[in-house]
Amino acid sequence: MSQVAKRPKRKNPVERTRQPTLPPPTRSRVALGLTAAAARGRLQLQVCVDCGTVQYPPREVCRACLSQRLVWRRQDGAGELISETTLHAAQELYFRERLPWRIGNVRLDSEVNVMAYVHDAVGAPPCRVRIEAALDRAGQAALIAMPQTGRPALLDDPKLREMTCDPRARKILVSDGKSAVGQAIVRALAAAGADLIWIGVAEPWKQAAGFDGLRELPQAKVVALDVTDSHSVRELAGEIGGKVDIVVNTNDCHRAFSLAARRGVETAQLEMDINYFGLLRLAQEFAPALKARAADGTTNAIAWVNVLSIFALANYPPHGTYSASKAAAFSLSQNLRAELRPAGVRVINLFPGPVDDEWDQLEMPPKLSPATLAAALVDALKGGVEDVYPGDVAQDWVARNLENPKALERELGETLR
Amino acid sequence: MAARGFDDVVLAAPVTVPYVRFSTRGAHWFLGRAVAQLVAAAKIPKQRIDGLAVASFTLAPDTAVGLTQHLGLTLRWLDHVPMGGASGIVSIRRAARAVQNGDAEIVACVGGDTNHTDSFRRNTASFSQFAQDAVYPYGSGGPNTSFALLTAYYMRAHGATREDFGKLCVAQRDNALKNPLALFKKPLTLADYLNARLVADPLRLFDCVMPCAGAEGFLVMRRGMAEQLGLPFARLLGAVERHNAFPDDPIQDRGGWSLDRDALYAQAGVGPDDIDFLETYDDYPVINVLQFEGLGFCPAGGGADFIRAYTFEVAGSFPFNTSGGQLSVGQAGAAGGHLGIVEAIRQLTGQTLGARVPNARHGLVSGFGIINYDRGICSGAAVLAAT
Amino acid sequence: MKAAKKKSTRKKSTAKAKVRAPARRERANLSDMLISGGAHLVDLTQTLSPDFPTIVLPPEFGQCRPFRMEEVSRYDERGPGWYWNNVSFGEHSGTHFDAPIHWISGRDLPNNSVDTLPLAHFIAPACVIDCSAQAKADSDFLLTAAHVKQWEQRHGRIPVGAWVLMRTDWSKRKDPVTYQNLDDTGQHTPGPDPDCVRFLANERDVLGFGTETIGTDAGQAAHFTPPYPCHYYMHGAGKYGLQCLCNLDLLPATGAFIVAAPLKILQGSGSPLRAFAIVPAK
Repeated sequence: MSQVAKRPKRKNPVERTRQPTLPPPTRSRVALGLTAAAARGRLQLQVCVDCGTVQYPPREVCRACLSQRLVWRRQDGAGELISETTLHAAQELYFRERLPWRIGNVRLDSEVNVMAYVHDAVGAPPCRVRIEAALDRAGQAALIAMPQTGRPALLDDPKLREMTCDPRARKILVSDGKSAVGQAIVRALAAAGADLIWIGVAEPWKQAAGFDGLRELPQAKVVALDVTDSHSVRELAGEIGGKVDIVVNTNDCHRAFSLAARRGVETAQLEMDINYFGLLRLAQEFAPALKARAADGTTNAIAWVNVLSIFALANYPPHGTYSASKAAAFSLSQNLRAELRPAGVRVINLFPGPVDDEWDQLEMPPKLSPATLAAALVDALKGGVEDVYPGDVAQDWVARNLENPKALERELGETLR
Repeated sequence: MAARGFDDVVLAAPVTVPYVRFSTRGAHWFLGRAVAQLVAAAKIPKQRIDGLAVASFTLAPDTAVGLTQHLGLTLRWLDHVPMGGASGIVSIRRAARAVQNGDAEIVACVGGDTNHTDSFRRNTASFSQFAQDAVYPYGSGGPNTSFALLTAYYMRAHGATREDFGKLCVAQRDNALKNPLALFKKPLTLADYLNARLVADPLRLFDCVMPCAGAEGFLVMRRGMAEQLGLPFARLLGAVERHNAFPDDPIQDRGGWSLDRDALYAQAGVGPDDIDFLETYDDYPVINVLQFEGLGFCPAGGGADFIRAYTFEVAGSFPFNTSGGQLSVGQAGAAGGHLGIVEAIRQLTGQTLGARVPNARHGLVSGFGIINYDRGICSGAAVLAAT
Repeated sequence: MKAAKKKSTRKKSTAKAKVRAPARRERANLSDMLISGGAHLVDLTQTLSPDFPTIVLPPEFGQCRPFRMEEVSRYDERGPGWYWNNVSFGEHSGTHFDAPIHWISGRDLPNNSVDTLPLAHFIAPACVIDCSAQAKADSDFLLTAAHVKQWEQRHGRIPVGAWVLMRTDWSKRKDPVTYQNLDDTGQHTPGPDPDCVRFLANERDVLGFGTETIGTDAGQAAHFTPPYPCHYYMHGAGKYGLQCLCNLDLLPATGAFIVAAPLKILQGSGSPLRAFAIVPAK
């Protein structure tokens, strides 16, 4: 349950656009373990393999037994808020611009102390809280003390809301609105309160089942956008680039072929042209505009979402060339993330498993419905994450990939009979 | 096993490089001026200094080693003491052992820093790995955040009030008004203190030290050397240090002094009742209270009652931070860890800049430093005596 | 389609390129005819642009790549003094030429690819059959042999080696959606029926068949027997195709000459081209 934000006042168009500031982005290498987990919405702390002691802040050696064998493990975050303060002065511009800040000292049940942001819904110390991890606007992990009971959203706290990319009241480009996934995402964003959704349409002469229903959404505006056509992307960026707050790259060319099942490169080139070069073209035209508006009021440019595929992590041979194109897009998304991070614009990647659509027809269930995928996308925008693995297959793959990438490669190789 | 005593080690030649809010100079300038003032005060050529202990946050990329060449000092003993508010006490301990053992004859102990307009932010941002990873990203309040949390906890747990802390701050300001080198020149009333602007709840402006540039210094030598040079001196009766005490306390409401005070008083041969004045490390008032308790002037958690029972001006019933302390003089980086020592030497040798505690025989100086993560992890204290 | 509209207005101004200037030569030649107004040129070519649609096939088939253009430099750091593009397109994009090798029925004929076609075929007379009224009334209009014979009664027998161009005014549909005219039963565009194609190829020995639509075959020709008869029979008989033509309404029923020379692509099945007509004055 989120508070209903009033529709923001329109900006005076002759006013200077504020420039983005960021929370401190610097972390030690070892502390990035916290960020890696927060990127998926998880709280992980180091735990000593030898004595079980939980560690925080992140370190190289166990504080109890000096073992070097520290591993990142998921934590429930339960603990007690033992002290708090509200900062009315800050040294960094980002915080100065947003004072005051509520900061607390939490003693976790695992006997470590963490300093954390304290959610509005948390009472005065001493009280029980639950620590969560989210990404701040610098893209680094931040710990947040939430009430122990109830699950208030980051959005419900006016300060912590800034860690999210709430689609409410925002102007969003969905780059391909014709696919089943694209349509579901448009509907989900509309339901989440988007102010305006530009729905990109390529090859307008090709009908898409259900598409005409989108035109009835009051926020919807259909625009010509063909990501294989640089001119088309440039034209649209020229027209709406200065207004877009969130770009959702839904373009997806999925052909179910292994490299041996399709002679020549034409099909693979089409996949690359849409999945990889499409992202490149969109990014080259829209990213500069997003960066320029990253601090433009309360409905600033704030996020870029790519609908990738779990096949981006490891090649799925029955869809081999598609997997390669999604891997290329994933790699480029990391480049985009590096470009946008200094402006505080978050790049969120979704890695869904097989979707219940025409090109995954022959995939065995479980399959994701487009609506479930769209709901995961909206959740990601409302939260503080950047890597999302929606669905059971994606969760399974990412766990296997983390555990043993070579084993996953071999097992996927067996799928090509 | 009890530590060996300090025999006839003495401290002399207290010097202060006057503080300024901001400076265009580098740390080398302030530390260099301090050494120059030490040489002038002792009326010795600089070649006579054969040992040097340096504390500074803004000397980078140099350490004490680079400073030797910068200042043209040829030394046979050198130490770099990166312990902030505890650095002066630690330097005393290191230097005393050096002169006791003949590794050096005259050790200059200096602490100082410059302060450019953006230095404090940059130092805070990269103060420690833990601070960088787990503190500074949360509002970048610097030490204000950490001390606000400790203060709020102490007030809740032990019943202290803002008026209690205010009483200490007002007394320190009274002391500072008599010290020509204090940066704060205006009287402070309790109302001023209570109504100052909020910095980090419950801390308000006058709870927080003001960063500035400056340096402090003194010489450590054997008594015979001081007498030979004709220098007034204070005797070192005892000194202790402790690092990362009580790591399992959920939040800091005691420091290492609780572990070490018995050893300190045993080594010094005096007790809390014999102390005529106390110089604490006072970047925030709550830390004064932890020192009162840790050093045995009142029971743990009894700080508020203690404050209510005494007065803390130089002429008060418990003379305290007699030069004004950092809260009313300014915090010149690592000089803050030497301010109380230099003032104690002045009190015990009759060279005070401001008011003098009458008939002071024993002074206790305490240090505290390095908010590495959620608490200060260095503590120390020394008992000095008049001849 | 804003851009396309703009281009179409510009096209009109150049479509009838008639330059009048005093000509004093005694012997008439082509340039004199053009200068004197004895003939004029009509551009039959749609602008090659990324917006121009290409043929729609089921997605599991290989696809004709639409025209695309990537800037190489534009007086900038990529080339400070010059502007140029790299372009890419399928052989059958934009206004384009189909060679016999395009279809399986023509695969074994001699000189069947655009690089080996006889040069003499690149200029040929045109017979323009106006089907615009019928096409307007029925998107699935099919041209029959009977229609052709009726036309011959008015305009004379179609000469051997002539282009037969089916005017439908389809090129006036500037919105690519109505130009493609797809619904859930596929494409609906006019074209010839199988008998008509056989008649033209076998009994009239035409050079080829040209249309304003995206193919020489009708939109529903996949259902014909054989499927895509214009491709099957024409190419099987060594005839050519021209599609996505425009300005056929500016041509006389007879008398115009078509200049249609595809790019010389090794073993090419066709190519986009600049097609135009030389129209002598009456």
